[in-house]
Amino acid sequence: MDLKPMTTKERLAIPRQTMPAQDPAERVRNFNEVNLGYTPEIAQKEAMRCIQCKDPICIKGCPVNIKIDKFIKLIAEGNFLGAAKKIKEDNILPAICGRVCPQEDQCEKVCVLTKKYTPVAIGNLERFAADYEREHGQIELPEVQASTGKKIAVIGSGPAGLSCANDLARFGHSVTVFEALHELGGVLMYGIPEFRLPKDIVKIEIEGLKKIGVEFVANTVVGRSVTIDELMNDEHFDAVFIGVGAGLPWFMGIPGENLLGVYAANEFLTRVNLMQSYTFPENDTPVFDCKGKNIAVFGGGNTAMDAVRTAKRLGAEHAYIVYRRSEAEMPARAEEIHNAKEEGIEFLLLMNPVEFIGNEQQWLTGVKCLRMELGEPDDSGRRKPVPVQGSEFVLPVDMAVISIGNGSNPLIKQTTPEIEVSRRDTIVVDINTMATSKENVYAGGDIVTGGATVILAMGAGRTAAKAIHEQLSEQASNPL
Amino acid sequence: MYNIVSAIFLAENIKKIEIQAPRIAKKRKAGQFVMIRAGEHGERIPLTIAGSDPEKGTITIIVQGMGKSTRELNLKETGDTIHDIVGPLGTPSHIEKFGTAVSIGGGVGTAIAYPTAVALKEAGNYVITINGARTRDLVILEDEMKAVSDEAYITTDDGSYGFHGFVTQKLQELIDSGKPIDYVLAIGPIPMMKAVAEVTRPYGIPTVVSLNPVMVDGTGMCGGCRVTVDNETRFACVDGPEFDAHKVDFKNLSDRNRMYLPEEKQSVEAFSHKCHLGQLH
Repeated sequence: MDLKPMTTKERLAIPRQTMPAQDPAERVRNFNEVNLGYTPEIAQKEAMRCIQCKDPICIKGCPVNIKIDKFIKLIAEGNFLGAAKKIKEDNILPAICGRVCPQEDQCEKVCVLTKKYTPVAIGNLERFAADYEREHGQIELPEVQASTGKKIAVIGSGPAGLSCANDLARFGHSVTVFEALHELGGVLMYGIPEFRLPKDIVKIEIEGLKKIGVEFVANTVVGRSVTIDELMNDEHFDAVFIGVGAGLPWFMGIPGENLLGVYAANEFLTRVNLMQSYTFPENDTPVFDCKGKNIAVFGGGNTAMDAVRTAKRLGAEHAYIVYRRSEAEMPARAEEIHNAKEEGIEFLLLMNPVEFIGNEQQWLTGVKCLRMELGEPDDSGRRKPVPVQGSEFVLPVDMAVISIGNGSNPLIKQTTPEIEVSRRDTIVVDINTMATSKENVYAGGDIVTGGATVILAMGAGRTAAKAIHEQLSEQASNPL
Repeated sequence: MYNIVSAIFLAENIKKIEIQAPRIAKKRKAGQFVMIRAGEHGERIPLTIAGSDPEKGTITIIVQGMGKSTRELNLKETGDTIHDIVGPLGTPSHIEKFGTAVSIGGGVGTAIAYPTAVALKEAGNYVITINGARTRDLVILEDEMKAVSDEAYITTDDGSYGFHGFVTQKLQELIDSGKPIDYVLAIGPIPMMKAVAEVTRPYGIPTVVSLNPVMVDGTGMCGGCRVTVDNETRFACVDGPEFDAHKVDFKNLSDRNRMYLPEEKQSVEAFSHKCHLGQLH
């Protein structure tokens, strides 16, 4: 590659590089990753598009403030391992974030090229650097400071917990992460499908944390197996970070919801992703046999897209997204909506289910729906759907997946009542430090915000780690 | 990995397994359960904790070989390991001094009823246990039950041992004899729990059942175990597994438990073929 300096004009003349992907007709028959990643040549070309602004505003658009200009410059220079190392100064899970972050709402949204051109593909480049490093087996460990002798418990091994644990370990603290499930990674393992985020990549990124000394204890439900008070009083943890996410599925409360064949998205995706039921009977966990069936997924978020594309891969004849507003209001990423459409997912918009209908044996056979039209904007600023009179009809389906969001699991609240929670049961924190109302207990991620993104959870984990470190350092220098 | 300290058959196809799990042993209370994944490719299944020894750091489960996973567990021997075990899960049994408490166990449900019977006794209740089995060879925990009971009855469907008939007939007999009964706990197959609920309903005797829906995570994150109680959806893994028997929709529970029957059959066939499981048939 020609390394002679380019003018800004020359850089702007390069079109945004698209990422090669599996052909839609092929990929709906497998669970392999859809996007294939940049080659070194494509990555370098894309990296050349970055004009290296004096004030790289993209960094502020990133919740963990990756030094975007610097790592992209390293890629442009062909120093891919250097780029990966640069990213890891701020983000421990670049192969994951490069894949699942909504860059269009974060770093790429504020890229200066966005106004007149298309933004630099920061996410694709981040992913490339991380993949290159991993595939070349040269993952370098970050520096870890001398041991402080302080013990910190992190509850939950999802994105918030992992990023908090990483920063705390690098500050020299002894960190133990407690996870309820048998696999680590939270939503990265049970929620996001293999075809968007290969599980081997998640495992390898978590391995990196083990190598810098973070301890993981799986199969432990804080609130049942052990309480926060027991961790602090009996097991002598100096501080606790709660990153347990928002994992309690909401149902719609309409008749027939407990018929056979009606799933919450969490259950459907946990069976397929975590328990790998798409390989049944090699793996023991079964899932509804979708082959040749009609499947409806209710909702318009990323989880709904993941569920419907999963059903299609399990062999569904018709796989519908049923959403009560129009496509413009869908919270899912544009890229995922596009991918779903390419895969033949059918979008039934402005439609709201009112009843699930079953047969004698209580198996789901159809969903009674109403057509909707958009009225005035509601509290969220989105136009509120209102039913069209007399528009009722029955959509024949064999399986339904409810994907209308999640709430907070009540276990922590029940067992540690002195931690203040909101009316929605999310934990109340000081947004600058992520400190809860209980001394030396911090929280971050979806348990604070309600369902949000991987990278926002990671940002919260970082903020908390910094605050915990400062608090413990202060306590160490002012012993009572 | 969790070590198996001992594994012995109590009856044909029913095995008692003691597992090293110190955290669970320390915390568990009567009525709680664990989720177990026997092997690397295993599914997660719920099993009630039948007992624990906090000093040794062990818990005991009692497993009847029914489907693939329980048969796989029943092949485990002392010294083997279990891949994953998490708990204690679920809300503990509500224990107080009711007065006269009847604990009813059907089949392997006897093992699930046992820890609660112990807790009821410790709380100062007059404890009557009724344990039903299909036939004499399937009677389990007879001595243990006798030890915690003020009155202990065994029933067999075929009359080969104890009272000839169902647990519900024995319960009706006790009620008819004018014995004051303040509380009934029933654990076993769905038809049996439903039948017990119908026996006590006319007398207004508070009756509790431990439900056994399909579970995946067991921590409240999927809703697979949802049951209808008093016309409301509840998650058995966090809100239960014990509920007021007179308010449970047993029909919906038994319907939902049929969901994976074809897959279960397929799984058992593949497993039997692989392991030549002749001895368990």
